[in-house]
Amino acid sequence: MALEKITAVTGRAVYVPGNDIDTDRIIPARFMKCVTFDGLGEFLFHDVRKNADGTDQAHPLNDPRFRGATILLSGANFGCGSSREHAPQAIQKYGFRAVVAESFAEIFFGNCTTLGIPCAAAARADIARLAAAIAADPSLAVTLDVAAGEIRFGGQAIPAEVRPAARDALIHGRWDAIGELLEGLPAVQALATRTPYLAA
Amino acid sequence: MAKSLFEKVWAAHAVRTLANGQTQLLIGTHLIHEVTSPQAFGMLRDLGLKVAMPHRTFATVDHIVPTDQLVEPYRDPLAQAMMEELRRNCAESGITFFDRATGKQGIVHIVGPEQGITQPGTTIACGDSHTSTHGAFGAVAFGIGTTQIRDVLATQTMALGKLKVRRINVRGRLRPGVYAKDVILHIIRVLGVNGGTGYAYEYGGEVFDRFSMEERMTVCNMSIEGGARAGYVNPDQTTFDYLRGRPYSPQGAAWDAAVERWRGFASDPGCPYDDIVTIEAADIAPTVTWGINPGQGIAITESIPDPTHATAADERASIEEALAYMKLRPGAAIKGTRIDVAFIGSCTNGRLSDFREVARHVRGRRVAPGVKAIAVPGSQIVALQCEKEGIDQVLRDAGFEWRAAGCSMCLAMNPDKLIGDQLCASSSNRNFKGRQGSPTGRTLLMSPLMVAAAAVTGTVADAREVFAVNS
Ligand code: SF4
Repeated sequence: MALEKITAVTGRAVYVPGNDIDTDRIIPARFMKCVTFDGLGEFLFHDVRKNADGTDQAHPLNDPRFRGATILLSGANFGCGSSREHAPQAIQKYGFRAVVAESFAEIFFGNCTTLGIPCAAAARADIARLAAAIAADPSLAVTLDVAAGEIRFGGQAIPAEVRPAARDALIHGRWDAIGELLEGLPAVQALATRTPYLAA
Repeated sequence: MAKSLFEKVWAAHAVRTLANGQTQLLIGTHLIHEVTSPQAFGMLRDLGLKVAMPHRTFATVDHIVPTDQLVEPYRDPLAQAMMEELRRNCAESGITFFDRATGKQGIVHIVGPEQGITQPGTTIACGDSHTSTHGAFGAVAFGIGTTQIRDVLATQTMALGKLKVRRINVRGRLRPGVYAKDVILHIIRVLGVNGGTGYAYEYGGEVFDRFSMEERMTVCNMSIEGGARAGYVNPDQTTFDYLRGRPYSPQGAAWDAAVERWRGFASDPGCPYDDIVTIEAADIAPTVTWGINPGQGIAITESIPDPTHATAADERASIEEALAYMKLRPGAAIKGTRIDVAFIGSCTNGRLSDFREVARHVRGRRVAPGVKAIAVPGSQIVALQCEKEGIDQVLRDAGFEWRAAGCSMCLAMNPDKLIGDQLCASSSNRNFKGRQGSPTGRTLLMSPLMVAAAAVTGTVADAREVFAVNS
């Protein structure tokens, strides 16, 4: 299975401030009642974007200036909470191609990588700088250079690291493990046969 | 060289090293449920792949099942569709499904141990973050996403980087009225909601040595709330006694051989850890959360934090955000806060010992007027045993609704939901914004007995006082 080599993501960015933004916030549990992921994008951040009566709340994703952004910017411990893959799926289906935050929750990070969404960690002050730049000019082109570990925008550059294992997987087009795992099947069967509780 | 259980289990299941440096890890047991598996089966079909080891895959239905409706079709057509999808996928692939008609259905993290499927020295994966529960048996158990479910279905393996291991010793004896739930809420409060990132937690010390399997499960269950992908307790006689005679436990001569093997997986004395933390049992009080993550907890005797006393700007901001959402007053006592709903259940605290403990104290008491109290057993087997012991009747007499097994109000994917900004005293594991079904609903996490105390007084209360707990 040949996968795309994701070396960089370029596009406009939107800043959703806050620490500990959990997967319930990203996609409330009631939208997980589905048997496919199609259509999840429209419910991204639903409960902080919409009022109970369906009207819009003030939220960066409701701001027309940031429509079409492909890079999501946020705070520390992004994606904590439930392991639901509906969260990265909703992010991807909404149109995001990369997430930049101060830090990421473990399972969320892994789930994103497997979908080919780079999660890059940047320092708080640098995120603030980038956020200020896009607030000043929402049409600013932002490039997350996955390979080089930096974000470039408007003549500036800030360090933004995708953890090495994930980075290599992304830039070499190995972010979805299934192909390699399937190649290992004979070895899997052999190990299973030697493992008492599996052999029985 | 002396090794930890994690190291040994990892080594026993490592198939090979992948190009990115991760390990292809054999997953001995794959547990699936209706919410996160249908998309994975869809991906499998798209790729033209089959389930590699259907006999090592077990299914149950828990998240969406109504707890007040047993006959299908369910009132919610989406819930019915998910149910049917799982049934179809299991039938097509030859996977054992603990459907409601089997009498063995329940929350996936309760069913696995109950059936003896969860065993020491094994690897377990499930598309649910509370899979860490199974670590109570000395298994290495991971919560995984849907794509990884696909990987495990297709290959019985997944790609994973090795975790570090932090040993957490809880030393001494717990004070009366302090439960396993308080232990883990305290640990998360001390180490933080992401203190465990990159780690597996190994819980030990006198408190864990004395704990029953159900108590160990309560703690391991919430490892993920502390950021640890997995959490475990070394297997010992308590583990073996629990497993003996269960449907999937080895029988006869195979049993003795299995116990021998299981013992060998326990961490060797003096093995190295990446980190060691020691906690004094005597420092742990009945704990209640006041905020919007499980680390925002205080002892029942403490007052709600005041953001103006915060030492760091982000701490201040997070306290402010939490209090604004929770509509709680900084500096006020948490005790005495009025509640609207009391929920006893979930994979954290929906087991027999939880309901026994509650019934023992609630007998003869009444739920306060205006409080909706629901008790939801974690599995049909738990329900049946409670009913045999008359626990359901004690709870009903007290004014609780006694429901059928499922996740229920833990995340409210079924009809059991908070309404508006109701405040819920809950024995579950997550207090995130909107977690219990209403976007403005509020959750206070606590032990089942503390929930019972809140139910009968109508306010957050110290169960030790309400029920005169001294043993
Ligand atoms: S009881 Fe709650 S935490 Fe446990 S599996 Fe169900 S929804 Fe998840």
